[in-house]
Amino acid sequence: MEEKIDYIKLASNKPKGKRPYFHDDPAVERVLNITMAIAGELAVIRERMDSIERLLEKKGTVTREEIETFVPETKEQEEQRQTWHAEYIGRVLRIVQQEQEELENPDKSIEEIADDINEM
Amino acid sequence: MSARNLPPVYNKIAQHAVFPEMNHDERARYNFLANLNKHLAHVSTGNKIAFENRVAPKFEKEHGRKIASTEELKEAISKDAHYQVWSSLRRSTMEMRQQAGRSLVLRQAAALRDKVRALNQGKDSLVLDNKVAVPPYLLACDNHIMPGSYHTELIEDDVTPAANYDTGLFVTTAGLLGRYSDGGGKAIVSWVKKTYPDFNPKRILDIGCGMGHNVLPIAKAFPDAEVIGIDTGAPMLRYAHARAMDLGYTNVKFMQMDAAKTSFEDESFDWVQSTMFFHETGGKSIYNIMNEVYRVLKPNGLTLHIEQPQYTEDMSLFEKFIRDWDALNNSEPYWSKMHDIEPLDLMKSSGFREEDFMQIGAKAENDLDDGSQKADEPEDHGRSPIWNVFGAFKN
Ligand SMILES: C[S@@+](CC[C@H](N)C(=O)[O-])C[C@H]1O[C@@H](n2cnc3c(N)ncnc32)[C@H](O)[C@@H]1O
Repeated sequence: MEEKIDYIKLASNKPKGKRPYFHDDPAVERVLNITMAIAGELAVIRERMDSIERLLEKKGTVTREEIETFVPETKEQEEQRQTWHAEYIGRVLRIVQQEQEELENPDKSIEEIADDINEM
Repeated sequence: MSARNLPPVYNKIAQHAVFPEMNHDERARYNFLANLNKHLAHVSTGNKIAFENRVAPKFEKEHGRKIASTEELKEAISKDAHYQVWSSLRRSTMEMRQQAGRSLVLRQAAALRDKVRALNQGKDSLVLDNKVAVPPYLLACDNHIMPGSYHTELIEDDVTPAANYDTGLFVTTAGLLGRYSDGGGKAIVSWVKKTYPDFNPKRILDIGCGMGHNVLPIAKAFPDAEVIGIDTGAPMLRYAHARAMDLGYTNVKFMQMDAAKTSFEDESFDWVQSTMFFHETGGKSIYNIMNEVYRVLKPNGLTLHIEQPQYTEDMSLFEKFIRDWDALNNSEPYWSKMHDIEPLDLMKSSGFREEDFMQIGAKAENDLDDGSQKADEPEDHGRSPIWNVFGAFKN
């Protein structure tokens, strides 16, 4: 028997028995499952941050009070922090933006473009 | 403080030598999932409201009559947005729990196996028999969507099915079974000791013992008794035995056997116990197993079975439906059928007498409950540590 197993793939195996879907469109189910997995990983990172803060405090590096009351100290810091949020939201809501762009500027399908290009 | 009960932090779970190693993020992932489970129990209360306020009225308007069966109810509620999102989140949470458990145990499969081997080496209290077949109902479906079920071995002498089970039970039940997940075993011991103070079993059998967590409190309570746990899953038994060795038990034995046809002699046990076992068997096997219980039990011997709560006559259709949710959507298929069997009839069919039949309610003994838990939490159907216990003395 093989000793080295692909644990990453095996960990996500499907159990025997057909999977129930609850939303009218299975795509909703799919997206929700992916979203919840990411929500979980965000919670994991949040807990890790909490550990780091408590350890830093215990070792006398910074106190959690200092972290809690920290606000940007320069104009540059303010901008850096707000830019991060803006970038992050842009990334997460990419599809909504793209759908809006499409709405504003209806596009041809790639097949149609291919036909067009074929004539170019 | 929070207005709702919070699950205990994962690191409260009891450690032992074969418990998988877990890093910071793996514990955090389980904390997230335990909280998500708790949260969804609250969200589930919306199902009843949605049912009463929109699903049932809509059905009545369309059909000019009330919903008459759980099948009709299922069809009607399946279109409800709240039910859809709750169901889909609950299913997703269970899948994530399996993924989280498997990813952490499978990455250390060989190391866990080696630790278990070291503890089991040369011990005659572990008896494996590869001629014991996995019952067909366990091959038909992976119970509680645990890929590979209790028997699949990914490496030689694999123990990961049990290790995964051991880490995850605490998450699914939000820690309500206690640090060793043995709140069921403890509850049955307390009840037996209180009700039958003179009962002094010398030989005890636990059928479908799994990783052995609920049989250990029995072995502890009756240290002079010989206690045997049987299961068809070799990975469960290997792990159960190593776990029990490390926890210092000397009077338990684990043997690979099918509970429907054991190799024990007639009338050789004073007590035959099962815990959360029958609802994971099959429609024919359940009778064969009960016959076997009767056969191996001594006259005046006691048998008790901790099971999911029964359906009752006065239960509403909605209540029945929602209680079956886990059976169908978290893959415990036989649970949805076992409701139709009266425990009394099951026992009578094997020879137990009606006048000896008993049925009681039981609640997990939880060593993590410091008394601060609020009682008015919404019931997490199918997960609450509140059970039906049925059994009899053999006469
Ligand atoms: C849900 S687990 C219950 C484990 C444990 N008793 C507990 O308290 O949680 C069911 C166990 O029964 C075992 N099992 C199912 N059918 C069996 C049979 N016919 N004979 C022996 N074990 C069986 C499975 O392998 C599994 O480990």
